[in-house]
Amino acid sequence: MPRVELVCPAGSLPALKAAVDNGADWVYLGLRDDTNARNFPGLNFDAAALASGLAYAHARERKVLVAINTYPQAGNWARWTAAVDRVAALGVDAIIVADPGLLRYASCAHPTLELHLSVQGSATSHEAINFFHQQFGVKRAVLPRVLSLAQVAQVARHTQVEIEVFGFGGLCVMVEGRCALSAYACGESPNTAGACSPAHAVRWRETPGGLESRLAGILIDRYAPGERAAYPTVCKGRYVERGATYYAFEEPASLNTLELLPEFARIGVRAVKIEGRQRSPAYVAQVTRVWREAIDACKGGTFTPRRAWLAALDRHAEGSQHTLGAFSRPWK
Amino acid sequence: MKLALGPLLYYWPRAAVLSFYEDMAASPVDAVYLGEVVCSRRHELAFEDWLAIGANLAAAGKEVVLSAQALTESEGDLKLVCRTVANGRFRVEANDWGAARLLCGARGWVAGPHLNVYNPQTLALVAELGATRWVAPVEATREMVAGTLAERPMDLEAEVFGFGRMPLAFSARCFTARRLNRQKEDCGYACLDFPDGMALETREGKPFLAVNGIQTQSSGVYCLVEELNALRDAGTALLRISPQSRGTAQVLRVLRAAIDGDLSAYDARKALAACSPGKLWNGFWHGRAGVEAA
Repeated sequence: MPRVELVCPAGSLPALKAAVDNGADWVYLGLRDDTNARNFPGLNFDAAALASGLAYAHARERKVLVAINTYPQAGNWARWTAAVDRVAALGVDAIIVADPGLLRYASCAHPTLELHLSVQGSATSHEAINFFHQQFGVKRAVLPRVLSLAQVAQVARHTQVEIEVFGFGGLCVMVEGRCALSAYACGESPNTAGACSPAHAVRWRETPGGLESRLAGILIDRYAPGERAAYPTVCKGRYVERGATYYAFEEPASLNTLELLPEFARIGVRAVKIEGRQRSPAYVAQVTRVWREAIDACKGGTFTPRRAWLAALDRHAEGSQHTLGAFSRPWK
Repeated sequence: MKLALGPLLYYWPRAAVLSFYEDMAASPVDAVYLGEVVCSRRHELAFEDWLAIGANLAAAGKEVVLSAQALTESEGDLKLVCRTVANGRFRVEANDWGAARLLCGARGWVAGPHLNVYNPQTLALVAELGATRWVAPVEATREMVAGTLAERPMDLEAEVFGFGRMPLAFSARCFTARRLNRQKEDCGYACLDFPDGMALETREGKPFLAVNGIQTQSSGVYCLVEELNALRDAGTALLRISPQSRGTAQVLRVLRAAIDGDLSAYDARKALAACSPGKLWNGFWHGRAGVEAA
C-alpha cells in the first residue's frame, strides 16, 4: 500500500518553509492575482517568493504545486496562460487547474508538466475524473467535499487518476466550483474572482442587538455576547424561515478526518490535503506536524489518534467544533 | 430569439407535473428541457414518464432535451446519467463532465449551465466533442457571454438563463430536510410542500434565499426582459425560463411578445413582476451582485 502523501497550504514564503520543515510532501500555493481561488490581499507569491520557495522545497526533496484554479474569460485569458507558462518555466512540480480550456492549453504547451484537477473542477464521479484524464492526462484529482467514504472508494476503484481528499480545515458545505452564493451577495465568487466573501465586502459592527456581520450590506448573522462569530460566508449565516432563526446550511465547524487515515490508505486515497492558504505560518507548522506524525504512525497495524494531536488540531477549529463532514454523513 | 423552458427544479406531485407540461405543449415555448436535475430521491415521475412527456411535447412541435442530474455522487446517480445519455430519441444536456464524457463524439448535445464553460477555449473544446449548444453559467455577465461567443464555433447556439429563481449552489446535504430536523434519507419528501422552494429571510426580514432540497436558489427572480437587444447582440439564440408553480405560461407569452416587439420592455417587466414569486433582479448580467437590479 503506497504511503498517503501530505499536501499543505502556503500563503507566504514563511508558511511554505513551515510546511516543509514540519513534514509536508507537497506544498500548494497561488500567485498574487485572481488566477487562484484564494485571491486575498497580502497573500500569495510573487515571482521572487516563488523562486525562493521552490529552491527551499526542492533542496529538501519536497514538491511544490501552484493552484491556477479559477475560470478565465475571453477578456483575461492571456493572464492565465501566462501564469501557466511562468510557473512551468520556474520548474514547479505540478499545477492545479479547474478550467478545461486551460487544462488543454497546459497539456499542449507543457506536455511534461504534471496536471492536477482542482476541487473547483467539481468532478465527483469516476466518469468525470476519467474525462480529465482522457482529454488532458490529468494525474491527480482533488475531490469536492461531498462524497462519503464508500463513494470515495468507488471513485478510486474506477480510475487510474490519483485521488486527493481534503483532510483538515475550513469546510465548504456547497460543492466547490458549483457555488455562486458569494457572487450573488457581493458580485465576486471563487469561480470568477478567486474569492468567497472577499474582505472588502465584509463589515463587522457592534449594535445594541449584538455583533453584526454583513456581506455587501446583507446581514449574514448577529451574535449575542459570548457567541463565537464565524467569518460571514453566505453558507455560514443564520436566516429566518417562518419565524424560526437557525443556521440554514451548517453550524460553523471545521473538517478533521485524522481518525479516518487508515481508511483513506485502505481505499486507495493517494493524498490528503490541508486547507488554509489564508492561515498563518504557525497554523501551517502545527497542523502539518500533527498530520506528519499521524501518517507516519499509520504505516502499519492499529492506529489511534493521540490525544495531543487532537488537542493541537482542535485549537484551529472554526466555532471550536470539528466534524467528519461528508465522509461520515451524520445528516444522511 | 427562441424560448427554452429549463428543467423543473422543484418537486411537484405527479399530477401537477403532468398538467404543467400539458399546458406547456400549448404555450409559445420552443424548446423544453426535461428530467430531474436536482435530487435523485425524487421519484414522483419515473424516467419513462419523462420520455412520455417528451413524446407529447415533440408531437406538439417542441424541441425536447433531456437534462442530466447536476451532482452525481452514487453509482445509482451515474446509472441514471447513462440511461439519459442512451435514451435513443432526445438530445441530452450534460451538467457535469461525467455526462460530457459519456456524450463525447455524439453530435448535438447541450453543454449545460453547471458545466462551467466560461471562455471561448472551453467552448471550442465542447464543440469539438459534439456539443451544439452552450448554456451560460447563471452568473454570466453580458461581457462574458459576448466574449465567449466572439470566436464561436460554427453551428453552436448559445442559451442564457433569462427568467426564474437563480440556481446558485449545490450541496451533498439537503437543507429542506435540515430545516425540518429530518435526515436526508428520511426526508419524507418535504420538497413537495415547497413548490417554489422554501424562502429564507435575513435576520432583519429581507428576502434572501430559497432552499430547494440540496440546491440553494435566490429568493428574487432573475429577469433579463430589458436586455433582449443586448442578448441578441451578444449572440444569444435561446432565452431560458425556469418553471415556477404559477404563471409560467403567462411568463412565456409575455417574453414572446417582448421578443417579437409586440410589448415594450417596460410593460413586459410589469407583467412579469405580477406573476413572479419574488422581486425581479438582473445584477449578474451587468457584472454586479446577483441580488441587485441595475
